[in-house]
Amino acid sequence: MKKYVVIFFLLFFIANISYAKDTIKIGLITPLTGDVKTYGESARNAFVIALEEYAKKGKYTIEPVIADDKNDPTEGANAALKLITQDKVIAISGPLTSKVTIPVSDIANKNRIPMVTGTATNPKVTIYEGKRKPYIFRACYTDPFQGTVAANFALNELKAKTAAVLYDVGNDYSKGLAEFFKATFIKGNGAIVAYESYQKDDVDFSALISKIALKKPDIIYLPDYYNKVALIARQVREKGLKSTLLGSDGWDSPELMKIAGNAIIGGYFTNHYSPDRKDPIADAFIKRYKEKHGAVPDAMAALGYDATMILLKAIDSVKKPTQEEIMKYLSSLKNHKGVTGNIGFDKNGDAVKSVVLLKVEKDKVKYMTTINP
Amino acid sequence: MELLGYIIEQTINGLQLGAVYALIALGYTMVYGVLRLINFAHGDIFMLGAFIAYFLITKFGMPIYLVFIITMLSTGLAGYLIEKIAYKPLRNAPKISLLITAVGVSLFLEYFLSLNALFTPNYIAFPRPFEIESYDFALFTVTNIQLLIFLITFVSLFLVYLLVYRTKYGKAMRAVSYDREVASLMGIGIDGIISFTFIVGASLAGLGGILYGIAYPQINVFMGIMPGIKSFIAAVLGGIGIVHGAVLGGFIIGLLEVFVSAFISSTFRDGLIFIILLLVLILKPSGIFGKRIEKV
Repeated sequence: MKKYVVIFFLLFFIANISYAKDTIKIGLITPLTGDVKTYGESARNAFVIALEEYAKKGKYTIEPVIADDKNDPTEGANAALKLITQDKVIAISGPLTSKVTIPVSDIANKNRIPMVTGTATNPKVTIYEGKRKPYIFRACYTDPFQGTVAANFALNELKAKTAAVLYDVGNDYSKGLAEFFKATFIKGNGAIVAYESYQKDDVDFSALISKIALKKPDIIYLPDYYNKVALIARQVREKGLKSTLLGSDGWDSPELMKIAGNAIIGGYFTNHYSPDRKDPIADAFIKRYKEKHGAVPDAMAALGYDATMILLKAIDSVKKPTQEEIMKYLSSLKNHKGVTGNIGFDKNGDAVKSVVLLKVEKDKVKYMTTINP
Repeated sequence: MELLGYIIEQTINGLQLGAVYALIALGYTMVYGVLRLINFAHGDIFMLGAFIAYFLITKFGMPIYLVFIITMLSTGLAGYLIEKIAYKPLRNAPKISLLITAVGVSLFLEYFLSLNALFTPNYIAFPRPFEIESYDFALFTVTNIQLLIFLITFVSLFLVYLLVYRTKYGKAMRAVSYDREVASLMGIGIDGIISFTFIVGASLAGLGGILYGIAYPQINVFMGIMPGIKSFIAAVLGGIGIVHGAVLGGFIIGLLEVFVSAFISSTFRDGLIFIILLLVLILKPSGIFGKRIEKV
């Protein structure tokens, strides 16, 4: 019996010694496969770069745990539970899309795990039925703002009088944006001539597009992810419809042009950041990203990097990195210099930031203008 | 006048969708005819066709006519193998075992092929083998892709019709579907006919897969599920086991889908299709062309 007690204490000591190194586990949840995998890959690349930079001068050893959510809410929730209960992470970066982030944020908040998402723009990510989820933050603006900016841009810059909206009825992100766009466009004396929805697995939009073609709107607003938008854009042009296409940050992927071809050229979309914007922090990040991954980082990468850096900054800034201390620090974060601009959180945990407007051209996306809140 | 053009255009949209459903439904119906089996893996063979065509075009840069031929041969082979490996050992087992196996084969294909080392679970852009052109008539527009789909579908439907009603094999197929035991007593090689049916059905599904990939240029391993289910409903609607019933059912489902989206709302579309399945099963289980009531 005595022997076991001794061994037990020895083990206890060894365990304590390994703790003395102060290893901290941070989770990343992101879609590495499935319909928006290019987002996930960008975010993971950025996450790795952020951790490498931290390793040079940070106080702790960070052990990353990366999980694939396949852009599926159920997979995302499972991944979150695994990270929290089995891997015992103390903070989570991600997920990316609103539909996955909403259930994941509920789980993280319930378990008091601070979470910063780079890119989930739906209001329900940080607020549930009017109540703030105190542990959840986001490094991007929200959909009401993005949808409003898009509608104002259509009214004022593109001089649009009529618009059609086509959205995914099962996707909080797409649906939310469609609603905010519609409300602002009508308020600005524009007419919504068609407001149509489709479902997640649809690939044939011909019926809806023929319906829209009848009305010949100036603008077609497509708030969805690149793969759907690309398919719709193709079918819109095949029907001979000349309307200007307008979209949201979900368009930002190199795959967009690959699937859509010429059909998407001339389209505009709202985004978080443009690599063309001159800024020393952004330039340094773009250079590192290019060296390591051989591509210009998209908004998903830039925001993923910012989200992770904010978490790491919080971990280093508090006296003892407990979940509660990190949350408290984040709640009062102001003026963090990120790749996508200065980030501070408002009382809802949402970043107050400017929107960038981009135009799709033959071989690149061109920076148009920045709109401040 | 504008409404007329709109209706014509939506009809073309519906026929385009219906043509693909008809091709897949034929496989369901023929296999059911000879084996009394609803081959749930059929939608996945459709998916397999799209992927094989994708690899032939991107990796080997094959001309389009060769892509069609090789894809149809390969999916035909896949159908043959599935029958030999998964269904033949269960030929004399209860019907329910066959049905469960079919579901198993379907899930196996979907999840096995979605491994990263094989097809990956990602959405893949299907390359357009030719430039798209739209022809603008006064009232409506048609694209060359739609014309291609109509042409290929009608030619293959006609060939299947000739095969089933004008050849010795077709006669044997119909005999097997009428009564398997008696047909074998009359000297018909049952195994050969069943294999042949699977090959024809699977290559039609593969053909559907290519056309679908060309029309809606994005593929993934789960793309076969919904078209599979809808084609199955088409086959039931037309009377399962009846060749021309499947074709008619396919076009009805395609048109219905498009018109529900066009005049009501796309959110009602799938629900309504399933209501049709229920109504057919309750009111006329044998389908539009069915005469005798089948015991299922």
